[in-house]
Amino acid sequence: MSRVDRGSAPDALIDRDSPLRFTFNGRTYTGYRGDTLASALLANGISLTGRSFKYHRPRGIQGAGYEEPATLVQLSGGEDATNWPVTRVPLSAGLAASSVNCWPSPDFDVGAIAQVFSRLLPAGFYYKTFMWPNWHLFEPAIRRAAGLGRAPTSEPDHLRYETRFHHCDVLVIGAGPAGLMAALAAGRSGARVLLVDDDTAIGGRLHADGDLVDGRPASDWLKDIAAALEATGTVRCLSDATAWAHHEHNFVMVTERGPCPAHVFQRTWRVRARQVVIATGAIERPMVFANNDRPGVMLASAACCYVNRYAVRPGKSTVVFTNNDSAWHAAFDLHAAGIAVRGLVDVRPQIPASLLKRASSAGIVVHTGAVVQEALGGRHLRAVRIASRGDGRKTTIDCDLLCTSGGWNPTVHLYSQSRGRLRYDPNLAAFVPGEARQGTIPAGSANGAFGLGSCLAEGRDAGHAAAERCGFAPAATDLPVVSDPAYRIEAYWGVESFGSVKKAFVDIQNDVTVSDLELAVREGFGAVEHAKRYTTAGMGVDQGKTGNVNAIGLLAALNGDDPGAVGTTTFRPPYVPVEFGAVAGHRPGSLLLPYRHTPMTRWHKERGAVMYEAGARWRRPGFYPRAGETMEQAVTREAAAVRNGLGIYDGSPLGKFDIRGPDAVKLLDFVYTNDWDDLGPDRGRYGIMLSDDGLILDDGVTFKLADDHYLMTTSTANADMVYRMLEGLLQTDRPDWRVAVTPVTEHWANATVCGPTAREFMRTVGTDIDLDGDDFPFMSMRVGRVANLPARMFRVSYTGELSFEINVPAGGGLQLWESLIEAGQAFSITPIGSEANHLLRVEKGFLSPGHEVDGTADPYDLGLGWIVSGNKPDFIGKRALEIRRASGGPRRELVGLLTADPHEIVPEGSPITPDGRKEASEGFVSACVMSVARGRSVALALLRDGRARIGQTVSIRVKKDVVRAAVTKPVFYDPAGERLRS
Amino acid sequence: MLTIPCPWCGDRHESEFFCGGAYEKARPARPETLSDEAWVDYVTVSPNPAGPLVERWWHQRGCGLWFFLERDTLTHDIRPLFDGEDHEPR
Repeated sequence: MSRVDRGSAPDALIDRDSPLRFTFNGRTYTGYRGDTLASALLANGISLTGRSFKYHRPRGIQGAGYEEPATLVQLSGGEDATNWPVTRVPLSAGLAASSVNCWPSPDFDVGAIAQVFSRLLPAGFYYKTFMWPNWHLFEPAIRRAAGLGRAPTSEPDHLRYETRFHHCDVLVIGAGPAGLMAALAAGRSGARVLLVDDDTAIGGRLHADGDLVDGRPASDWLKDIAAALEATGTVRCLSDATAWAHHEHNFVMVTERGPCPAHVFQRTWRVRARQVVIATGAIERPMVFANNDRPGVMLASAACCYVNRYAVRPGKSTVVFTNNDSAWHAAFDLHAAGIAVRGLVDVRPQIPASLLKRASSAGIVVHTGAVVQEALGGRHLRAVRIASRGDGRKTTIDCDLLCTSGGWNPTVHLYSQSRGRLRYDPNLAAFVPGEARQGTIPAGSANGAFGLGSCLAEGRDAGHAAAERCGFAPAATDLPVVSDPAYRIEAYWGVESFGSVKKAFVDIQNDVTVSDLELAVREGFGAVEHAKRYTTAGMGVDQGKTGNVNAIGLLAALNGDDPGAVGTTTFRPPYVPVEFGAVAGHRPGSLLLPYRHTPMTRWHKERGAVMYEAGARWRRPGFYPRAGETMEQAVTREAAAVRNGLGIYDGSPLGKFDIRGPDAVKLLDFVYTNDWDDLGPDRGRYGIMLSDDGLILDDGVTFKLADDHYLMTTSTANADMVYRMLEGLLQTDRPDWRVAVTPVTEHWANATVCGPTAREFMRTVGTDIDLDGDDFPFMSMRVGRVANLPARMFRVSYTGELSFEINVPAGGGLQLWESLIEAGQAFSITPIGSEANHLLRVEKGFLSPGHEVDGTADPYDLGLGWIVSGNKPDFIGKRALEIRRASGGPRRELVGLLTADPHEIVPEGSPITPDGRKEASEGFVSACVMSVARGRSVALALLRDGRARIGQTVSIRVKKDVVRAAVTKPVFYDPAGERLRS
Repeated sequence: MLTIPCPWCGDRHESEFFCGGAYEKARPARPETLSDEAWVDYVTVSPNPAGPLVERWWHQRGCGLWFFLERDTLTHDIRPLFDGEDHEPR
């Protein structure tokens, strides 16, 4: 193992007394508690850890946190997961991990053959090459070859995810120096603070940089500040918890891993904060040069972190390549940890004297005004070739570690998601927060203040400002004493290729090279959002955390622009990959949006009904197949029972609204097209509801219970929408009307018996209602008792047969249903589902929302002109209806269709075109069923000028075939309606 | 997810509400007096400013109140538009 010997000085975050065994790609290794999988692998000398996404190039570990672009792992053996950055997997006993996208192993990877062809695979290659005949033919194979991890196949354990809401005054995101000071300052001022941090220990870069705070090791100061936060009594800390989305009104999603209690796997906090301090730190960006992806090339900040935090030496000898001061400090730390620093290569010709002096006293050779041109070596870095920017003179230096730093990017993802503006700061060569759009305060490195001292000061000030905005007086909070070295940088986006054909990667994870970006610019995709989509730079699991700004800088150079003018792509949630379980929490599947069931549901299910979802999440029977029956046979049997005998249907989901008040008629007159003032007591009337654009919204029958009391029924699908409309109308447009609407859909269970023997049957059920056709005519209602239950009985019909709709209070629904079924045995009563109901209504040409009522039809189109009153000055939709009618343009009208082949069933929605040509349709088939009354298929359609074309033949396109059909009136059974009125 | 100020229930999460859309003015009391163009305009042209916009919201999964508010489409700043009495737009 290659661990740094600290002598007697303790390690803050790793416990050398707790060794842990784990496996990686099938081999067993040992690390320490406190390690990540990455630090443990490096300590074991494993540098080749994965293969790249597209070219299967060998890859190592490049980062130390969420920025890791190169190595993603699959976790198995319990908490299965995929595409985890190797740097974010805490080591645990028995951990089993493997590299993604290589087979059988990263050392011997069959897919590595792709490297041979890699020059043939530029950006856009797949899209250009596999266009003919169809991209989708090739897509599955390509996706398999170029890919990331596999979704775990183990059954998800929903009980282990939790979500909860949290409200606070100040949310502080990030517990580095700035975030800690912000939380302390806000907490001491009295604000309720939630501090969240994605690391397992608070402190942020303090662990990685090895700074002294108040002259002591940072870990000592962190213990003190943790105690101080605790002492405020108002600060709550979440460790190992990542804020991944920042929405409107400071609604922030935070997912906590491994919370208490232990049976909870992940907990997602939905935080609503009055103010948010964004102290998310900064991410170093790599240098771009040939073969910059070789195992052994690493971010300087990551190398520094491995040495200082994990006491791991990621190499024996190193070269550091940079354009800024910060990597010099990293080089000094590596030197102090016993790594031979063979050279410090800085693109800048002039280096501050203090840095040069320290380098010289450490014996480090400095190459100023020089670049690393190429990394040498295959599966591992062997040496680097450096070149002077002045005279191009080249030198080769042997090393097994190359630390690069192209500068620091403030982690502005969440700030940008909060819709805060970003601006390019040429002094930092980075995008930094600009004007805020909600109560967000960026602080510390996230705000471009990279020095430790300025981080602490900005953090405190942000905490005070946030508390003050919440109405708390800022309480004095002292700052610790630290050194605050300057940060100077010269923007540098990529090493000139000098004619090299070797790949220089901008986006390591997606295998996007400098030449891919050049190609994008040449082909006209040079705008930043276009270049991203053309090359995939900035996509994938890491979303370009290290690569994005380099890509922007290169685009700027290629376009001859300023990076600020190129701008960034849009930062969207989530900041890090989030598991579906963490979003769903306790509410997977139908628990998220529960189903509604009628009181008879269990009966239906016990009889083997196939349950359908009807509008507004209702579940109801589609059909009741008997043993050995196909769906078609069952539906035909059920429909025939209604036409020839007796059927029973669970109509409970039908929308029902109780309307009361002296202005009830006023309301009905306004929302329906017909007149309501002359409706007699206990009578019902069919109505069509329009929206103000003159198109049909819904239909249904409304009954008059008393002069100021009505019962409105709506279609199942539209019940919620109608209620919303009625309430909106009465509350905001007509608040002076004295009428109230109460939704009573679920108060009543509805059993509808229908068929020629329905009256005879009802007489045997036991009811005090006179069922005689003269006393209880069609479209009327009676109140009485049925099967010993208080009931409302309605004579309406959606099947075209004699029907009694029996409504009882919902609690009696099952009792009613079972009584009817029992009494109906003598009549061979047949329960029918919505499929048979649909068949029967199509035979009758009755309308159905979603079929004929499709949001483009008005009443005249559907042959319902008779229902539009000419007596009323106004109703919803009247004016638009008049304008549309006056325009006289051709309309699609409801007709029936009989296909030439009586056995042909045409799929719903099939277009009707002139002579079946492949051109704009003149209508479509809205429904087609095998009629039991006619013994052949019948269809309804909306057809341009349809009523004038009855008797003609039209052509329906069904995939590549053309089906001929005769146009008829839209009714195929009992056109005079004698049976339903009987 | 926005925070919506319900006149009756106070600040609640947006998921409890239904947005009834932009509201420019009340439905014309006598549509027949409007020109065809004016009516078509009323029905089809919804205000869509980059800035303050009056909207109707319904506290569907709460008290059931329909009410008005003003939302800035650029910043999501919300200004309640009710006086606590009749919830009428100002």
